[in-house]
Amino acid sequence: MSEVIRVESLVKKYGDVTAVDNINFSIEKGHCFGLLGPNGAGKTTTIEIMEGIIRPSKGAVLYYGKTVDESISQQIGIQFQHTALQDFLTVKETLNLFTSFYQKTVSHEKLIELCDLGEFLKRDNRLLSGGQRQRLLLALALINDPEIVFLDEPTTGLDPQARRNFWQLIKKIKRQGKTVILTTHYMDEAEKLCDDVVIMDHGKIIESGTPKALLSKHFTDVYIYLASEHVDKKMIDKHGWKVEGERIEVATKNVEKTLSFLIDNKVSLQGLHVQSANLDDLFLKLTGHMLRD
Amino acid sequence: MNVKRFLAVVKARNLEFFRDKSSLGWNLIFPILMLVGLSFVFSGEGRSAYKVGVIDLPSVQSSFIETRYIDFIDYKDQEKAKIKLEQHSIDLIIDFKKQYYWVNEGSPNSYLVEKILLGQQANFERLQTHGKKIRYVDWVLPGILGMNMMFSCLFGVGYVIVRYRKNSVLKRLKATPLSAFEFVSAQLVSRLFIVMLMSSVVYTGCNFLFDFYMLGSYFDLLIIGLAGAFSLITLGLLVACRSKSEELVGGLLNVTSWPMMILSGVWFSLEGAPDAIKAIGDIFPLTHLVAGARKIITEGATLSEISYHLWVLVVMSAIFLALGSYLFSWNTER
Repeated sequence: MSEVIRVESLVKKYGDVTAVDNINFSIEKGHCFGLLGPNGAGKTTTIEIMEGIIRPSKGAVLYYGKTVDESISQQIGIQFQHTALQDFLTVKETLNLFTSFYQKTVSHEKLIELCDLGEFLKRDNRLLSGGQRQRLLLALALINDPEIVFLDEPTTGLDPQARRNFWQLIKKIKRQGKTVILTTHYMDEAEKLCDDVVIMDHGKIIESGTPKALLSKHFTDVYIYLASEHVDKKMIDKHGWKVEGERIEVATKNVEKTLSFLIDNKVSLQGLHVQSANLDDLFLKLTGHMLRD
Repeated sequence: MNVKRFLAVVKARNLEFFRDKSSLGWNLIFPILMLVGLSFVFSGEGRSAYKVGVIDLPSVQSSFIETRYIDFIDYKDQEKAKIKLEQHSIDLIIDFKKQYYWVNEGSPNSYLVEKILLGQQANFERLQTHGKKIRYVDWVLPGILGMNMMFSCLFGVGYVIVRYRKNSVLKRLKATPLSAFEFVSAQLVSRLFIVMLMSSVVYTGCNFLFDFYMLGSYFDLLIIGLAGAFSLITLGLLVACRSKSEELVGGLLNVTSWPMMILSGVWFSLEGAPDAIKAIGDIFPLTHLVAGARKIITEGATLSEISYHLWVLVVMSAIFLALGSYLFSWNTER
């Protein structure tokens, strides 16, 4: 695997506020890289410095070892977090407009099929639904057949079905060998899509690695949940199980052994639910606060 | 400058303008309503005395110039006086030395004053001219069209750029290879095309209704119109070059446009105004646009005769454009 982007000692200050505080990471070719963190963590600032939209206060972003300059815009595709499309233009006209900006472009037929734009090609941009807009914005990000695609919170505000459709799209883009850089505050999204993640909070990187490696590094336990009303209180106190409202949490390193123990002790298995730790739990553990606080 | 990118942005902006029916309608209807309204308000004669132009009035000894209810106005230049007679601004011209007089065949007042003159000076030779009366609506036309151009240029460029910047359309465009120069030039050219087209449509349409007075050439009128519109567009660009706030830019555009409405001679002539007011008026591009266009329409001036106004507009455009491009920001950082 070759390295596409390297971020070195990046700092961005707005007056007294340090939005990005000396961060370092690198991204491998063909990977989906996730920048995770709550609102205000510095994800968008970081990604916009990488795109060449804003200048860092200190540090550098290197593409294949070279400092980013204006020519990068021909090679990357960008989907911003908040972007209005020009009013009174149709989807097809918007594609034409953006096509004219680039030297090398993908055929509209391919884009329309990939991003599923066929149904609303002649519709005014103002009349698109949230999911349709995001698909058009993604098509615009892909119009110059970029090697690297930046997606800044692409599924924020979409309904669950539209989110899942969008995930399928990102997977298709990845299969084309493109490097995808994604910011999100949805941990399930990162787990589904990302090969590598960096978790940011208050402008700093607090952890990085593959989602699997991070979870196994920080969590050895699996959690078994039971309905508390069916479990003897003495049993709960004796084993120090945690009561969370109407359910109890049993942490274990060996699920089979613990389940046999529960059956042997005639503990009711009603409401049984087994769950491994996820990135949400990791974030809570690392920062002491929930992701979307 | 990449022509393909530039033309694509011009086309997109033009489509946006022509599809925005409410704004398009307002751009067309507003000046027509103003002209119709003004022509009604100022349709009365409102003048009881006759006005007679006299060549070299101070040297005239005749008792005719003592006649009551006739104003006598001194003219040194016979040609200037003839234009005034043709425009119905005066009713007769008399040259006492050469013993002849001019009447305007199309003017009832001219006919009546001639009868009064012949009662005393029956031996004067009669010369005649024709001319359509210049009405207030003819005089105010360049003002109304100029004012409409001013609003369209200032708000059409200023507001749109700030809106694009605020809702991140500019940011999205910046992430493409499109350069600031290409984007800004496309906005200028698109608005210039829109403004000239709209003004031509309004002028032509209203001409059927009012049969406007026109002594000069339409080509010269087009040139001063282009120069004026360009300087107003660059002014709009300068006002909107950095801000992200529609409220702020709306305020700034109002501060820019209202003094021009009042002090650029749109509604009334600044001939008799104090020098300080005239000096303030001279710093506005609209003043030069309206004055130049009015001279072409009502006096038949040529481009060389209005070259002062043209040069001022060119210099203003250069300053506004240079400053606007230098200060232009795609996206004001947080």
